Amino acid sequence: MMFDLIIIGAGPAGITASVYAARKKMNFLVITKDIGGQAAWSGDIENYTGYQFITGSELAGKFEEHMRKYSIELKENEEVIELKRKDRGVWVKTDKGAYEAKTAVIASGKRSRELGVPGELEFKNRGLTYCATCDGPLFAEKDVAVIGGGNSALDAALQLIQIAKHIYLINITSALTGDAIMREKVRESKKVSILNSTRVTAVLGERMVSGIKIKREDKEETLPVEGVFVEIGLIPNSEFAKELEKNELGEIRVNCRSETNIPGIFAAGDVTDVPAKQIIVAAGEGAKAALGAFGYLAQHR
Amino acid sequence: MDKKVKIYSTPTCPFCMMSKKFLKENNIDFEDIDVSTDQAKAQEMVQKSGQMAVPVIDIDGEIIVGFDKEKIRKTLGL
Repeated sequence: MMFDLIIIGAGPAGITASVYAARKKMNFLVITKDIGGQAAWSGDIENYTGYQFITGSELAGKFEEHMRKYSIELKENEEVIELKRKDRGVWVKTDKGAYEAKTAVIASGKRSRELGVPGELEFKNRGLTYCATCDGPLFAEKDVAVIGGGNSALDAALQLIQIAKHIYLINITSALTGDAIMREKVRESKKVSILNSTRVTAVLGERMVSGIKIKREDKEETLPVEGVFVEIGLIPNSEFAKELEKNELGEIRVNCRSETNIPGIFAAGDVTDVPAKQIIVAAGEGAKAALGAFGYLAQHR
Repeated sequence: MDKKVKIYSTPTCPFCMMSKKFLKENNIDFEDIDVSTDQAKAQEMVQKSGQMAVPVIDIDGEIIVGFDKEKIRKTLGL
């Protein structure tokens, strides 16, 4: 089966692309690990036009509903391993199968960056988490560490002030980044200790996390904590597309028409080098990419 | 035969909401336990799952951590 289009990902960009493709009556397939992407994880959203206030999971729910209004072919829980050019089309290999299409829209988004230290994998979900919004409430009256110094770390620390006993904010750079208002709030709280120029070197514990090893000015010490919240940014899910041009962050390079360096392969949303990483921008880019694929097919038929 | 379903969740966790929505859509009755307000239940959840992460879904004693749609489907025979 040769599809007109394969869309990879079903976050704001992929879902919008699929709505546009469905309305253009393209014969297409959507392959995705989950539905909603990072939007589903977002807390409160107050800058998506038309909604003065909506939560991330509600907005993602509305996106999904909109997509499912059309009878589309959707492969959920499926991960793309490789994508490459084949003849004049695209070949996509996943953990469950392989597919071919004349065009592709890559909208696979970003994922949480990992610390890459001993103990991280072992203690994931055993005290170490990448989702403060989800698991934060489990650490009531406990000492915890938030790793990072940007907005997502500050946001996690602010959420945890309401819950945990004490919060160590472990920041690798010499000063916190992120919004001034949030920095101020974090600094004002007596519950937060900010450790700048400090790196985590290991996560410790038996069955659950019992501490972290940190290093500051070449001095190593152990901090007893029961919770570790990793908030050190995001990396693009672009490894499977080896033939595509990317920037130094691994983001797929696109032009203003959402085209990549390979004709017929388009990309949209947070996986690309488009500067504003916003839900509304991703959605708009998804529309552009789908229309781009439609136009490409019309020209190359 | 109806299986007894419990879900340990927090009010802010997206995957908890998705799990509950999924159960509702499939007409599965379940008990929703908010572990953010009930420390004893939070402990019970950690004991059962061996993990500190939500959601935890208990289907007749079978424990599923996270929103694993396929596993939930299989365990419930959907």
